[in-house]
Amino acid sequence: MQSTARDFKHNAGAALADANLQDSLAKLKVGFSERRRQAAERLPEFEALRDAARDIKNHALAHLDFYLEEFERKVTALGGHVHWAPTAEDARRIITELCRSVGARTIAKSKSMISEEIGINAHLEAAGIAPIETDLGEYIIQLRHEPPSHIIAPAVHLTKDQVAGTFVEHHGPLGFTRRLTERQDLVAEARHVLRQKFLDADVGLTGANFLVAETGSSMLVTNEGNADLSNTLPKMHIVLASIEKVIPTLEDAAVLLRVLARSATGQESSTYTTINTGPRRTGDLDGPAHYHVVILDNGRSSVLGTEMQDMLRCIRCGACMNHCPVYGAIGGHAYGWVYPGPIGSVLTPQLIGVEEASNLPNASTFCGRCESVCPVRIPLPGLMRHWREREFERHLTPKGVRQGLALWGFLARRPKLYRRVTGWANRVLALFGRGEGRYASLPLAAGWTRFRDFPAPPAGGTFHAQWARHGGARTRP
Amino acid sequence: MVAGVSKPPIHPRRVALFVTCLVDLFRPSIGFAAVKLLEEAGCTVEVPPLQVCCGQPAYNSGDRATTRAIAAQVIDAFEGYEAVVAPSGSCGGMLAHHYPGLFDDDPAMKARAANLAARSHELMSFLVDVLGVTSVAARYDDAVTYHDSCSGLRELGVKQQPRRLLGSVQGLTLREMATPEVCCGFGGTFCVKYPDISNAMVGEKSADVASSGAGTLLAGDLGCLMNMAGKLQREGSAVKVRHVAEVLADMGSLPAIGEAEGRR
Repeated sequence: MQSTARDFKHNAGAALADANLQDSLAKLKVGFSERRRQAAERLPEFEALRDAARDIKNHALAHLDFYLEEFERKVTALGGHVHWAPTAEDARRIITELCRSVGARTIAKSKSMISEEIGINAHLEAAGIAPIETDLGEYIIQLRHEPPSHIIAPAVHLTKDQVAGTFVEHHGPLGFTRRLTERQDLVAEARHVLRQKFLDADVGLTGANFLVAETGSSMLVTNEGNADLSNTLPKMHIVLASIEKVIPTLEDAAVLLRVLARSATGQESSTYTTINTGPRRTGDLDGPAHYHVVILDNGRSSVLGTEMQDMLRCIRCGACMNHCPVYGAIGGHAYGWVYPGPIGSVLTPQLIGVEEASNLPNASTFCGRCESVCPVRIPLPGLMRHWREREFERHLTPKGVRQGLALWGFLARRPKLYRRVTGWANRVLALFGRGEGRYASLPLAAGWTRFRDFPAPPAGGTFHAQWARHGGARTRP
Repeated sequence: MVAGVSKPPIHPRRVALFVTCLVDLFRPSIGFAAVKLLEEAGCTVEVPPLQVCCGQPAYNSGDRATTRAIAAQVIDAFEGYEAVVAPSGSCGGMLAHHYPGLFDDDPAMKARAANLAARSHELMSFLVDVLGVTSVAARYDDAVTYHDSCSGLRELGVKQQPRRLLGSVQGLTLREMATPEVCCGFGGTFCVKYPDISNAMVGEKSADVASSGAGTLLAGDLGCLMNMAGKLQREGSAVKVRHVAEVLADMGSLPAIGEAEGRR
């Protein structure tokens, strides 16, 4: 996917002015966080489960080579195949070759963020293979030629009416010409159109929430059941997953599933949890004849063993974005690439480069709400701060910011000089602000005063000046 | 015993006030309110003169070298005090949670930073959780709403402490916002680096303040307060904005933040 992360500020401005988007975001902000809160409250051991989930992922990451090789061994023993893709380009090539090997013309896709990361759809289309998104949200945005704006609710930026318009435009030629107004009617129409696509598909391409080393299984949760049709009807099932998805055992998966659904949607469990373990065996009633797992690195392994490794614990629940006030203000598209919100602000610089994505880790107030809800306790503000440090080291921080910081840092390390300067600033601001008590505009503070007044300090001097004047300077003996 | 403190603390404590750079420059009354509350609770308050700032502007801009230099200066300035108290969750959290991590490669400094961290407190939590203060002698005749500033809330667990003390203020009623825990959009340099987004966030906050029906907005961090006050005043709101310590210290008759002196 082509990044527009560099244009973050412009994207954010457009998002703030988009009335439909703001309507959608208003609902998201209340709905997701309230459902998650209730789900967490209903489960007394929820906090302990978060610790356990964090520990499971940390263990898997500490022994990633072992568990990946174990996974491969198990899949191979089951009659499946594991393909290692160091880069996005490798993954695209492997998938395209696999599709060609069975003469595929259409493939049914179940929602996969990795497939967005590697931009597989455009690549397949160029190769004459039609990918059909079968997750309702993904289907809608595929019709609209838009990227997802949320990792679990890809069309969350759209209103119901926008979806109705899209369906009339694309389903009209199939005979569905009535503009629908009810949610369930829209779902029914999409289900009807998609049913034939499932039956026609030659290949099913799905993501994976977890790869289980112990059994060689890939696990997938959905609320629509579309993954099950994608991986049982076609003759070939391709699982596309990244290296950090591997976990040791099914028991570990059970722990992670319990925090995943609650954190994501407030459900106790997703509606469908599918465990795929190899191709169809003799005597099985259904299932694919060919089973392939493509495991993508794409820069992740370089994070292992560094201060940034915690980002690889992510289980893609979306809770950080659901609770992020910045995401809530601008939505997912403004972030400019595949992964939005706090986790996107940490992952994107790693995956596409901090030069391109330099704004993302800066566009946070560090309010910490993301970390407070993360099911695997990723220290998201801390990781964003690490990116800021790397930007500073590499002189990517904007020049004005650097100069301001340098001046402030110079003063802050010289308390006596600092007192003189602040004493002067305090008197000037108090003097000229005394009429109104505030400023409607201030030189050098346009970013502030464009939207807010700036409070003037009251007369009398700084705290330290007053404390000294009143003989309060009772320094320690 | 000073009136207003329901029970005397067992030992008077020698407390250092970390004034914070914003309070020093823009709203000294918050510092004096903090001194008053601490003294009423039986503490001896000192203000180490070599303090400036906790270093967050550098820390959150990725300038680790400057942050370390400033942190070392703060560690020096506050050595030897039983407790270090800041009328800010953000600066308090910086001292109490972030300093030790700055010195991972310097065990001696790390130990000193950890020692300071263990002695550092945000004002509300120090009064209630450490000193056991349960009430104050203050009067404030208005309905107030309380914004939970992010660092105090999530790093230091400041939530019930200010509400508990506000409950003892005569004439005061508390009207909660729908989402008092959502960030106001200040975020230090964030508010000037991303003014559009910050404005959207503080706009939501001011709408939430308005729907609470309160006449006064309180919080425990001056940065957030200046942001919210500035927005409310730009919108023409009559809501008064004050630091919670000012109301608790019975200094609620001072002009509110951004209000001209001589007007009430």
